[in-house]
Amino acid sequence: MSLARSRATAARVLRQLRHDPRTIALLLAVPCVLQVLVHELFASRAEVFQALGVPLLGLFPFVAMFIVTSITMLRERTSGTLERLLATPIGRGDLLVGYALAFAVVAAAQASLVSLLSFGLLGLESEDRALVVALAIANAVLGMALGLFASAFARTEFQAVQFMPAFVLPQILLCGLLVPREEMAGWLQALSALMPLTYAYDALARVSNGDLGGRLWLDVAVLGGATALALGLGAVTLRRRTP
Amino acid sequence: MEPAIVVSGLRVVRGGREVLHGLDLDVARGCVTGLLGPSGSGKTTLMRAIVGVQIVREGRVTVLGLPAGAPALRFRVGYQTQAPSVYPDLTVRENLGYFAAVLGVGAAEVARAVATVGLAGLEGQLAARLSGGELARLSLATALLGSPALLVLDEPTVGLDPVLRRDLWDRFRELAADGVTLLVSSHVMDEADRCDDLVLLRDGVVLTTGTPSDLRARTGEQELDAAFLALVDGAGRAG
Repeated sequence: MSLARSRATAARVLRQLRHDPRTIALLLAVPCVLQVLVHELFASRAEVFQALGVPLLGLFPFVAMFIVTSITMLRERTSGTLERLLATPIGRGDLLVGYALAFAVVAAAQASLVSLLSFGLLGLESEDRALVVALAIANAVLGMALGLFASAFARTEFQAVQFMPAFVLPQILLCGLLVPREEMAGWLQALSALMPLTYAYDALARVSNGDLGGRLWLDVAVLGGATALALGLGAVTLRRRTP
Repeated sequence: MEPAIVVSGLRVVRGGREVLHGLDLDVARGCVTGLLGPSGSGKTTLMRAIVGVQIVREGRVTVLGLPAGAPALRFRVGYQTQAPSVYPDLTVRENLGYFAAVLGVGAAEVARAVATVGLAGLEGQLAARLSGGELARLSLATALLGSPALLVLDEPTVGLDPVLRRDLWDRFRELAADGVTLLVSSHVMDEADRCDDLVLLRDGVVLTTGTPSDLRARTGEQELDAAFLALVDGAGRAG
């Protein structure tokens, strides 16, 4: 492992983004617009926005980073730059940590902006705003790790884009955001227990309710474990030798 | 002197089809060796095996005394893939700066590589806005970073105009004079004349090797084009 190579990779990914201002604008603006939409949707029922606002804030970076990473990694594979990189001294871990650092920075910007908007203008309340942003960043890194892993199974950008509904939507449907997990059929509950986003939602919902007990830290531990597992599996898919 | 590259009994299967059938080859140090052959003859696959990114079925590839793909070789082998493999959304300088950082070499190396391929003045240009020839040269510059002892260049001059091609071949000759080993694949026969050694590949085996004058003498042809065709036809009849 080399910190210099990870840093160089993170800087490179961020430079690529900087040359694409429209993507930056979309990454920053879309979650804000969606948050405003949710706020307006429940204009007459403020308690719903209070319940949904914090979890949504934490879930936006997950979705965005999943898509951005799976496409970036697919491009890296198809353009030959991955093959070239893996013929250099860079380690697979250096590359993955570099990606994680870069997207954590983007996620921090994204989550901070939505937080400012939600807590500042939309009247969302939470005692632990810093914790909400920290969870949002953790979710971004999880999304990045899953996107990286998913990209190994895509040969074209069309396929990679389809992985968003395939990998992400079921997790959003089953995480407890739409229907509390206790009210789901048994097999759906079991399925939801296998999905990392369930723990992300649970952690955010607990922070939203000011419940900072042991369950919250168990959720965080599961998130960390799932991220490490996805990164490990992602590293396995980066082969120096290919057929 | 021990050859830079020793390939013995190399068999490679790609997409369910055997592409290289027990190939043997030695590449001398400090020379420019031209790898010639019709498309589909296995040139790219052989180069990938030498760089160590190709899964091989059987056989041995030794590069600078080490098994191909050994970690120590990643600092000493420069590889240019056939399609330019650089980041289109980075500038020339940012592309080279990143690969230089990965290799642990400094900005002086970047400037030298830019000068070698004649991209001076275009450092701030996005790779996506470069012409085909400029892009190919950027990809080549990336392979030159870190002064590798072996350069494996897959059709480096494709799409370049004759002046640029001549200039690049002058650079290749200078590098070889400095002791660098170059393995260069090409379709263009007038480039073959600028190589010290030629390897003719056909259907996944080495058809013949020798210096350009060897091949002329052996076939009685003055043009390398004709010599190559004579060798291919001869092999066809023999088979």
